[in-house]
Amino acid sequence: MVEAAAFQGLGWNVWADVRELFAYPFMVNALAAGTIVALTAGVTGWFMVLRRQTFAGHTLSVVAFPGAAAASLAGAPLAAGYFGFCAAGALVLAAATGARRGSGAESAATGALQALALAAGFLFVNLYDGVLTGLDSLLFGTFLGITTGQVETLLGVALLTIAFFGVAGRPLLFASLDADVARASGVPVTPLGVCFLLVLGLSVAETSQITGALLVFALLVTPAATAHELTSRTGVGIALSVGIALAVTWLGLALAYYSIYPVGFYVTSLAFAVYVGVRIVRMLGGRRRGALHLALETG
Amino acid sequence: MTTLAPPRAAEAVALEGAAVRLGRRTIWSDVSLTVREGEFVAVLGPNGAGKSTLIKAILGLLPLAAGRGSVLGRPPSEARADVGYLPQRHNFEPGTRIRGVDVVRLGLDGARWGIPLPGLPSRARTARRVAEVIDLVGASAYARSPIGELSGGEQQRLLIAQALVRRPRLLLLDEPLDSLDLSNQSSVAALIRRVCEEERVAVMLVAHDVNPILSYLDHVVYLAGGRAAAGRPEQVISSETLSRLYGAPIEVLRASDGRLVVVGQPEAPFVHGDRHGHG
Repeated sequence: MVEAAAFQGLGWNVWADVRELFAYPFMVNALAAGTIVALTAGVTGWFMVLRRQTFAGHTLSVVAFPGAAAASLAGAPLAAGYFGFCAAGALVLAAATGARRGSGAESAATGALQALALAAGFLFVNLYDGVLTGLDSLLFGTFLGITTGQVETLLGVALLTIAFFGVAGRPLLFASLDADVARASGVPVTPLGVCFLLVLGLSVAETSQITGALLVFALLVTPAATAHELTSRTGVGIALSVGIALAVTWLGLALAYYSIYPVGFYVTSLAFAVYVGVRIVRMLGGRRRGALHLALETG
Repeated sequence: MTTLAPPRAAEAVALEGAAVRLGRRTIWSDVSLTVREGEFVAVLGPNGAGKSTLIKAILGLLPLAAGRGSVLGRPPSEARADVGYLPQRHNFEPGTRIRGVDVVRLGLDGARWGIPLPGLPSRARTARRVAEVIDLVGASAYARSPIGELSGGEQQRLLIAQALVRRPRLLLLDEPLDSLDLSNQSSVAALIRRVCEEERVAVMLVAHDVNPILSYLDHVVYLAGGRAAAGRPEQVISSETLSRLYGAPIEVLRASDGRLVVVGQPEAPFVHGDRHGHG
């Protein structure tokens, strides 16, 4: 039977199933890493969606791929490749676009960088003497073999990004909504834009280590976009974005543990399901409100 | 020490022989004007005459290449804390799901670092002030809706509230009426007139069409041909003054409904609808 093969070891005692998740150190590390990553991605993603910089985010996630491949090639820790390349990519994007958002030149420069990153990643994989083991997990993520050291690195970088939002969140919100007015009020709009790209690069690098380079958006965009759909209150929106990212990460890790399918698939599908569900509910709700409005106007 | 009491309301803006250069191009020169507290002044002129440049110079975002300028008795760049500014803009994109009230609040604390902690007395004060200005501009009914889903007029009222929330003594508005229909243009102008009187704010408003706001204005500044003329609307928008400014014969006609029509200038910014005609 398919289910039996796909989900192994899953019993009917939910409590026992949940407890088993915490029985192995590798799984505890995976859950800790997932929690840290979801927290960072939820906050950063909310600002990224607000600033309409999802294309930049996607490009940085593509940059994560050659980063990881180059690290494997050089025998360096993967995290060094992820963080180094994503941070460098963020600075290149900032320099190429002058941290100006929404211009045609920005998306062209971003696209050019994205193509170069993919090509470089492909080259590094080939240079790695034919077979780079774990290419799949570079691209699509894995939760196996996360060490305590890796969790500590993730935590350190996450604290850095959360500190950035704690200090600069409000001016960044102002600059994102209304750069001209913010600048006239004394907000350093351009330096903040560069810092945000850098933080975005770090968040992408973190997220890549769980979801893989290609599925970063599952945690970075989808929960944030869902939160923006659900509420227009800033604090509530950021909390929702983090909450959804955490929920899909935990559930995705649990499902991946008990099944033969990869974690990236579960996290992405769960996040997508939440997003689509919210869109449908809002669409139906909107239609009902529209109908009511029409009835009020004509009646 | 003896000081002379100012004979009239205090000067909010004073330019004397001012000029601005961008690159090698002189945008305008020899511009002198005075705006006093509580006055409502329109900045008029054809496209490219340097209307927005004038606003940016007063904000201290562009340096003066010649002449002197003072804003609220200080050099322009030092007065910014007391100046409210609404730049020329397009509307918020429809997908921008941030509440109007939060956008207004950013005018008060958006430049501050750190996270506002709930429960502090300053937070309650902030909320009170934000509610007060939203009420002043008549936006209370929709201030809690996402700003991207509001109409152009509603967004504009909230942005004026945002510019007013810090109790500025000078308000600089760059084409705030541009995206509005005629009836909204005069109701926003009426609102600005009321703000001038109630809050004693000096207002400079860049406008493309003077007619919907004419009856609310104290003075106009007309920029054309690299020069400016300032004064009461009927003095400045006259055949004589505009002919001198453009260096070409200009005729100002007054229609029976009081509308002014300027005839003969290279580009006619006054006639309704011309913006869309050649824009």
